[in-house]
Amino acid sequence: MSAEILTEPTGERLYHPAEEPHFPEGHSTPLGFWIYLMSDCLIFAILFATYGVLGHRYGGGPGPKELFELPLVALNTTMLLISSITYGFAMLHMHQGDQKGTLRWLGITACFGLAFLCIELYEFTHLIGIGAGPGRSAFLSAFFTLVGTHGLHVTFGLIWLAVMVVQVRKFGLTIANQRRLNCLSLFWHFLDVIWIGVFTFVYLMGMI
Amino acid sequence: MSTEHLADPHDDHHAGEVHFPEGTRRDYVTGFVLSVILTVIPFGLVMSGGFASAQATAFAVLGCAVIQMVVHMIFFLHMNPRAEGGWTLMSLAFTLIMLTIAVVGTIWVMYHMDANMMPGMMPPPGVDATMP
Repeated sequence: MSAEILTEPTGERLYHPAEEPHFPEGHSTPLGFWIYLMSDCLIFAILFATYGVLGHRYGGGPGPKELFELPLVALNTTMLLISSITYGFAMLHMHQGDQKGTLRWLGITACFGLAFLCIELYEFTHLIGIGAGPGRSAFLSAFFTLVGTHGLHVTFGLIWLAVMVVQVRKFGLTIANQRRLNCLSLFWHFLDVIWIGVFTFVYLMGMI
Repeated sequence: MSTEHLADPHDDHHAGEVHFPEGTRRDYVTGFVLSVILTVIPFGLVMSGGFASAQATAFAVLGCAVIQMVVHMIFFLHMNPRAEGGWTLMSLAFTLIMLTIAVVGTIWVMYHMDANMMPGMMPPPGVDATMP
């Protein structure tokens, strides 16, 4: 910024803009939301580090090879991956201003997200049922915290998605709603990126 | 900042319009196909028993994960170095540095703490170390 001082035609010196500069509503949202995602990324980094330290402390309990079922994880991964591209299609319809198409693809995305969550909950209840709950060993505590935090993010993503469906139905594809759908798009795809880390480090590396 | 900018902060874009990076159908489909390939390879590798050396399998799986993350960032998150005047890329670089310090530092410190534990502090052989 230059040290230039604004001078009004009368010659009076002005040390601040006479009027607040007004920026379009939400102009800082893309960068702001991105920075939120980056801070979320750091939360997951710490949880991955915790898992890296505690992931081998079975405390005499079961390890990943006895507990994890890769076909189930592969199914889960497929659900999340498909939900990513269906959200992409919703965004494409949004750019064309096609409200019905947007709502249809958002609905399909919600179904796949819900399927992911149900499979994960099934896995968790199954593990707790066979006595491999988060209290069993340091490995399982770290596992439930990391995977559970991701699952919690997906849950909140689904709530957000449901809210957006209601909003779009009621108010249409307004500029504010488009901005919100764009943020949710970033959030949803970001969760898929985190899931790549989870299935690689937790499930696949645990089974090698 | 010039006087013109103070007078009119949004001279080059319409009021109310927010610029998120947009993807095309081609972007999404390309990203999806690449992701499927990069998911099937590591799963297939581990489920079929992998290479003879476990280390080679681990490296292959890790490599696929890193490539897939980049694919997602380009085709799904539509990252590009020019968005927001380069600030998204800067914040990503900063996050990656913090992430590396946190993860590598934690694992390194904790590994050495285990490895260099003073022998006098270790429980005598035969005692279960996991018992409180």
